[in-house]
Amino acid sequence: MSAIAFPVPDESILARRDEIIAGLSRLVAPEALITSADERRPYETDALTAYRRLPLAVVLPSTTQEVAAVLKFCSAQGVPVVPRGAGTSLAGGAIPQEDAVVIGVSKMNRILEIDYANRVAKVQAGVTNLAVTGEVMAEGFFYAPDPSSQLACSIGGNIGMNSGGAHCLKYGVTTNNVLGVTLVMLDGSVVEIGGAHLDSGGLDILGLIVGSEGQLGIVTEATVRILRSAEGARPVLFGFPTSEQAGEAVAAIIGAGIIPVAMEFMDKPAIEICEAFAHAGYPMDVEALLIIEVEGSDAEMDAQLARIVTIAREHGVKTVKESKSAMETAAIWKGRKSAFGATGRIADYICMDGTIPTGQLPHVLRRMDEIVKGYGLRVANVFHAGDGNLHPLILYNCNDPIEAQKAEDAGMDILKLCVEVGGCLTGEHGVGIEKRDLMTVQFNPEDLQQQMRVRAVFDGQWLLNPAKVFPLEGRVAA
Amino acid sequence: MIIHTPTTEAQACAVVKSVFASGIPLAIRGGGTRSGLGRPSQAASTLSSAGLTGITLYEPAEMVIGARAGTPLSLVQETLAERGQMLPFEPMDHRALLGTEGAPTIGAVAAGNISGPRRINAGAARDSLIGIRLINGRGEAIKSGGRVMKNVTGLDLVKLVAGSFGTLGFLTEVVFRVLPKPERVVTLVWRGLPDEAAVGLLSTALGSPFEPFAAAHLPAGIGARAFSSEVDTGSREENASKQRAGAVERSNWIGNGSGEARTLLRLENFSASIDYRAAELATLLTAHGTPEMLEGAASEALWQDVRDAGFFAGTQEAVWRLSLAPTNGPRATAAIANALPQARWFYDWGGGLVWLAVPDADDAGAAAIRAAIKPLGGHATLVRAPDAIRASVPVFDPMPEPLLRVTAGIKTSFDPAGIFEPGRMYAGI
Repeated sequence: MSAIAFPVPDESILARRDEIIAGLSRLVAPEALITSADERRPYETDALTAYRRLPLAVVLPSTTQEVAAVLKFCSAQGVPVVPRGAGTSLAGGAIPQEDAVVIGVSKMNRILEIDYANRVAKVQAGVTNLAVTGEVMAEGFFYAPDPSSQLACSIGGNIGMNSGGAHCLKYGVTTNNVLGVTLVMLDGSVVEIGGAHLDSGGLDILGLIVGSEGQLGIVTEATVRILRSAEGARPVLFGFPTSEQAGEAVAAIIGAGIIPVAMEFMDKPAIEICEAFAHAGYPMDVEALLIIEVEGSDAEMDAQLARIVTIAREHGVKTVKESKSAMETAAIWKGRKSAFGATGRIADYICMDGTIPTGQLPHVLRRMDEIVKGYGLRVANVFHAGDGNLHPLILYNCNDPIEAQKAEDAGMDILKLCVEVGGCLTGEHGVGIEKRDLMTVQFNPEDLQQQMRVRAVFDGQWLLNPAKVFPLEGRVAA
Repeated sequence: MIIHTPTTEAQACAVVKSVFASGIPLAIRGGGTRSGLGRPSQAASTLSSAGLTGITLYEPAEMVIGARAGTPLSLVQETLAERGQMLPFEPMDHRALLGTEGAPTIGAVAAGNISGPRRINAGAARDSLIGIRLINGRGEAIKSGGRVMKNVTGLDLVKLVAGSFGTLGFLTEVVFRVLPKPERVVTLVWRGLPDEAAVGLLSTALGSPFEPFAAAHLPAGIGARAFSSEVDTGSREENASKQRAGAVERSNWIGNGSGEARTLLRLENFSASIDYRAAELATLLTAHGTPEMLEGAASEALWQDVRDAGFFAGTQEAVWRLSLAPTNGPRATAAIANALPQARWFYDWGGGLVWLAVPDADDAGAAAIRAAIKPLGGHATLVRAPDAIRASVPVFDPMPEPLLRVTAGIKTSFDPAGIFEPGRMYAGI
């Protein structure tokens, strides 16, 4: 696989490696600086494992001040910096380059403050997504964004990518749940943006930082909203004879004024893969499965489910299976959330992340199937049905370079299709390097130039995560 | 005063390109009902969205609506209501507070990030705004976001433009995520609580599983006028609603009209859930007394006054909007009352939004208010004051140097000639 280009490493930086490392060693504790090839190896890629580059050095600071000192040094030296959370990016957002210093926030993993009365938590950027919920669960609270990688992925990475999850239909994505950040800017200055309060006046720089993929600065701390959990939650499985009927049922549920907390779609290949892994009791004799979760008291859930079941029946649902216990609920979600991992057991795969207007669903499902078959490959579909965020998993054999290239090409064709029907390249994974060269499909030159001019306000030298998001050609500098 | 009223995006680009060459500042105008927000306009001519109207996209099943920027907000809301939907964030109407007339536009809702009481549950306007088309200061039509609610492709310029008051560009089209209207809405009212206890009540409720959609506190003396209108318009519906709710006191909801403090929680849901949740909340909060329940016109009128700061309409006072962590709301007002004894206030967003009215003399209390907030963290915005005060007092909180530099840089990145609403948000930017 060779399609995605990296910038040519700057020879003058490579030549100064010893000097740069000596400089870094004066700024951080010895155990925070990783220089040997063996120890740098774990940082050469992320969850987009087909691409890897060994970084110049890795720094794992413990404090905001250390991050500031390292950034100030790197900007003065003209050395690129690649910020890293937990390294779970599917888009290659944390893949380094040979002339770059990786700044990883994994050691900054403390929960600093929980404030139940104000429903906020202040955490360091390296805290994992699930650890926030874990900390507040006993009091009945949770942190809403729930990406599938939530056991491993960090809040800092979530902010970088504006991560979503299965429950954002009701609770929103990262940008709707972050109230404040501590941001270290490229010149080493540290700024507090937002706080424990809702909207500030002034330009919404917080909204700009979330989802900026580590190109505007490094977030070291964040204040996030924590929400009180509903009294109960119950996922129900709805098996449909066709994908079209499942799609129409989703539209009808929303049309009836019901917003379930989650509506997840799986097609037959995905059902088979996930059931074999999780033994969740998914129906095997249907073409499409919806996992619909409702929340509230038992009586409220009964009432809401009765409405949903009626609508599903009107759209030809074949099987309705309610979770009868906490164990069944866990198994149902385990199956869905391990879709990527379970797929990885039977084949290599690449996971796409486009979003489409939900009304285009039947058309897009048909076209995706044709596209992937056209390359002689298979696809399994899992996606967030309520918001049209697709996750087609294209299966291939990574030891076969021709098949690998075909898988990548099929993925690109699918993303172009998403844009063509009015959607976008990425709903929650980010652009990274993976979709960088497709940005011109979604945006015209003026759109991209405006984004790059804003970027240049923070990093006129293109030092922060420079290989990502924007095509390498035609870049705007300060 | 020249007023440009383009009817197409291309015409709007041409206007901006011509102004770009001349460097003459442009005011950006929608319906004109919010032109008093920010610092006084210094523009010689105006670029109006009045010629850019109409719904461009509405897909109820996808919960998305798009409209040209000059479309009256009322048309958007009526179009949504026909299909049982609404904007999620309950945008404030500034006409009563600012004494303006005209029709608010959907573009201004986006440009001002105009939200209301529902913000605590459903997010602000910026959270529902999913796509924009904008003419930047070079006269280029650019887009950000789109029509799907999950979209992380590229930098989120939508957020930057939301709340930028026209300083970054001229919006031509906006797309919002929408939600179904609830089947039923009721308001629970507790009486006579001091501020701190009231905010404690609201915090407990907002930290409960019963999901209030709005949470406000009106201290004693706030809204006696609005209170009497409840009696006129709502009594029949209230009585009907009380028949349905077992745990809520059935008698004496009318009260005595003396302007007692009132603490408000609004529930929105399917009807059966409302009965259940109102009863659960009444039980949970029983230490604060037994709530009354308002429904229908009385409930709507009350929340309209909260949303629009209607309690301060028509007075001579300067009006501020403070955003704080909710439990800091009463701390801030106590400190401010020490310095400014004539101050009046009420709380929205569970205590986290303080609407504050103070004498409109000198600096409109800016120094005292900002000093009170500083140790607590938060933001103070001057919403209403005579032009001279808004020209001399920072309307938005002053920023530390790095953020000021970023703000100025972002402004220049969109508008290199500085033609859009110069100085509207910050002097010199």
